[in-house]
Parts: sequence; C-alpha cells; structure tokens
Amino acid sequence: MFAVTCLAILVVMGIALARAFIGPTVYDRILAVNMFGTKTVLFIAVYGFMTERPEFMDIALVYALINFVGVIAVLKFVERFPPPSASNDE
Amino acid sequence: MTFIIDALSWVCLMMGCFLGISGAVGIFKFDEFYSRVHAASVTDTLCVFFIMAGLVLQSGFTLVSVKLIFAVVLLWLTSPVASHALIRSAYHTGLKPKLKTSRKESAKRGQS
Amino acid sequence: MSSINLLIDIVLLTMLVFTTIAIVRSRSLFAIVMLSGIYSLLSANIFIILDAVDVAFTEAAVGAGISTVLMLATIGITGYEQKKRRTISWIAPMVVVVITGAVLVYGTLDMPAFTDPSAPIHQHVAPRYINDSPTEVGIPNMVTSVLASYRGYDTMGEVIVVFAAMIGVFSLIGIREKKSEPIHAEPPARPILQVMAKFMIPFIILFALYVQFHGDFGPGGGFQAGVIFSVAIILYTLTFSQQDAMKLVPPWVLKRLASIGVLIYGGTGVVSMLKGGNFLDYSVLAHDPIHGQHYGILIIEFGVGLTVACAMMLIFFAFISRGDKNP
Repeated sequence: MFAVTCLAILVVMGIALARAFIGPTVYDRILAVNMFGTKTVLFIAVYGFMTERPEFMDIALVYALINFVGVIAVLKFVERFPPPSASNDE
Repeated sequence: MTFIIDALSWVCLMMGCFLGISGAVGIFKFDEFYSRVHAASVTDTLCVFFIMAGLVLQSGFTLVSVKLIFAVVLLWLTSPVASHALIRSAYHTGLKPKLKTSRKESAKRGQS
Repeated sequence: MSSINLLIDIVLLTMLVFTTIAIVRSRSLFAIVMLSGIYSLLSANIFIILDAVDVAFTEAAVGAGISTVLMLATIGITGYEQKKRRTISWIAPMVVVVITGAVLVYGTLDMPAFTDPSAPIHQHVAPRYINDSPTEVGIPNMVTSVLASYRGYDTMGEVIVVFAAMIGVFSLIGIREKKSEPIHAEPPARPILQVMAKFMIPFIILFALYVQFHGDFGPGGGFQAGVIFSVAIILYTLTFSQQDAMKLVPPWVLKRLASIGVLIYGGTGVVSMLKGGNFLDYSVLAHDPIHGQHYGILIIEFGVGLTVACAMMLIFFAFISRGDKNP
C-alpha cells in the first residue's frame, strides 16, 4: 500500500515539475516549487515506511521547516525586485 | 484488529493520493494563476493530513508517530501561510485575477 | 518490492534529467534558481533511496534552503535575465567538448565494473571503518564517526573552506552597515507572516540543537545544525528587517564566533597532541579511549556548527545589504 502511495506522490511531483517548466509567471514557478516541497516531505515519510525504516522522519521535518523559509525568501525577493514582466505575462 | 487498522490506513492513504492528484491536475489544467493556487493550497492540507494519518495508524504510538504528527502540524501552519503570502505578493506586484464580471460591475451589484 | 524501487529510481532520475535540461535551456535566472531548488529536492530523494541519510540531510538543509536564498540574493545584485551573448562559432566549443568527453569515457574504461565487490573502494579502508567503528569510536552513527574521527582532517578542511568563503565574501563586498536610500518602495508590513515567524523561530532553533547533539545517534551533525540555525535567523531577517536582525546578532560578534569555531576544532587537535596522541586523535582526551572519542566528536561538532552558522548568516547579511543598493 505504501508503494501505491509513493507512486501517486511521484505522479504529483511530475505534474508540479511540468508546471515549474512552463509556468508563465514567476508565481507559477514558486507555487510549483512549494507543492514539490510538500510532496517531498510526504514522499520521504512514505518511503521510510515502505522500506520499514521510519527514522527518515527527521529529514522530512527539516524539509517542512526549510521549505517554508525558502518560499518566504523567494516572495520577499520578488516583492523587493518586481519581475520585469509580471503583469502582462499571461 | 490489525485488519481494521490496515483497512483504515488504506482508506486514508488512498484519500490522500486522490486529493494530491486532484490538486496536481488542478495546478496543471487551470488557465489562471489564482485558480491554480486555489487548487493546490486547498487540496494540499487535507492530502498531508490523510497520508500522515495513514502512516500514524501503521506506526502505532511511538516516537515516529509523534514526529509524523509534528510534521502535520508544521505543514498545516506553514502551507496556508505560504499560499497567503504568495497570493498577496502576486496581487501587490500587479498580477490581476481574471474575473467573470469586472470589478466595477460587481461593486455596483453589491451596492444595489 | 525491488521492481517498485527500480520504478521509483527511474522516475526520479528521469525528472532529474528533465530538470537539468530545463536549467540549461532557460535564460531567466529566476527560473533557474527555482528549478535548482527542485533539483536539490529530487537529489535528496535519490540520496534517501540510496540510504545516504546524512547526505540527504545536508542536501535538505544546504541545497534547498541556504543555497536558494543566497542565489536569490545574488540575483538581487545581478538582475533577472542572462545577458544575450554574441553568437560565436560553435565549432571550437564542440571540438573541446567532444575531446573532453572522449578522454573522460576513456578514463572510465579503467574503472572497476559497477557493483564489483573487489573494487578498491570496497577493499581499502571501508571494511576497517565498518568493522572497527563500534569498538574504536563507539557511537551508533557510523557516518559521524568517519566524518569526525577517522576523517577529522578532511572535515577540518571543509570547515576552513566555509570560513574562507566567508572571508572571500567579506573582502569582496562586505556588509553595508549604514542603510542607504532604498530605491524601491518598502513592501507592506505583513502581520500574518510576522506572527508565524515568531512562532516558528524557536522551533527551528530547538530543532537545530537537536540535530547538533543527536548527530552521534541519528542523521545530523554540525554542518546541518549550523545551516538550520542560520535559517532561523534568515527567517527573522526576511519577516522583519535586516536592521532588526543585525541588532539581534551583530556582525562583529558573528565574525568572532566564526573564528572561534575554527579555533575550537584546531584547538582540540592541539590538545590531543599535547596529551600525547596524534593531531585530532581524541582517544587521549579522557581516561577511557571511547569516552575520549565521544568528547572529541561532541566538541569538534560544536566548533563546526558554530562556524557554519555564523559564516552563513554573515554571507547572507553581506549579500542583502548590497542587493538593496544595486538592484
């Protein structure tokens, strides 16, 4: 059952990756990275259970913390230096 | 007893997978940024909850399950805040949402 | 079971390849930073599948966290787009690339076959580390015992590299203490983020301490803990302001602490020499060699954590104080 969940999370990651590639605006990319980060946390947790060594949770926790800080840093940056074509990108 | 727990965690994990994939489809198919954020952020929280709940059911009452619950709480706090900050800075830097009716019309309708 | 693992490997590696191609082809520096964040998330997943938990931990803290933040701060100095280069003839680079590739392929012919058990890497020192670490060093996490005790020299070199990077940044740009007139309007205050940051920072610092002192038993250690600690301060800087953060951790204190971290590491080696052992041989630090190893590893990990945390914060301060002036 963990294998199925792992594969589903990988599918989600793949789609988020596609959005990060094409994402017309800067914010689409940020959204995709944020989603990718959340799914990485889940993937690490589920994979730990799949291989029956759930002590990987420490790493998942680090991701949950770091991902948030990363997204905030990106947003702060975008606000301070607005992208050249944010408004008419679409 | 183990059968019941297994079945419950199956249900939880599958619900989580379904929510995750529906969020991913939303982030890919919707044609505008704000609706994409909506799809991603709304499904994200419950998806995390269901998958972690399935794992907690499997691990029982151990240090691992405490860490899992901690991760859920953390993601529940950070993920909506990150979405909020994302939308706010998108709006402030001038990315306007596509509205079905223009802002003036909806304001007029609100007054009348 | 193993077929599932194989499938997961293939999917992750495919995503890695696509990300790399996208990074190479993209011209927007911002998109490249975002994609390299994804790249490091993916590679951390692969490290976990390969059982390299400590490496994954480092990748989590450094690759996804600090390096994204520092690269963004750099974009603040350089601008969003890569400059268009003059179109030059592609023949000369092509020749160079083909020759280099051919030499590299020729070099791999001498390497032992993949998963060959008689390869030198499996014969030389690895069996000794694996067999003797429990009796010689006596801590459960073998990676830490290799990193801090058997390979203490190398780790000291790494710490000095981080320290040297900090010195390099300082000799090139330095921190502007005085705030110049901001060119862009200050972004609006964000109460939700500030409340959230106030709530999160204690937990991040607590987690950093856990990682620092739990490194003997589980994944973690000084490098990761230092980075996580500096991430807490970076979050504070981002949600409040640089002035507030520099009041909290003044740069002159950080500079001294970073040097003290290196000094602690080197000093431990000198003390062990004075007590009659080799440089960085912790067995002589206490009456019992195993206890000595424990003390030594704890002390040098503390030094590593101190240096890494202070160096990361200083580099971050230096970059953002410069980016403000010259967008």
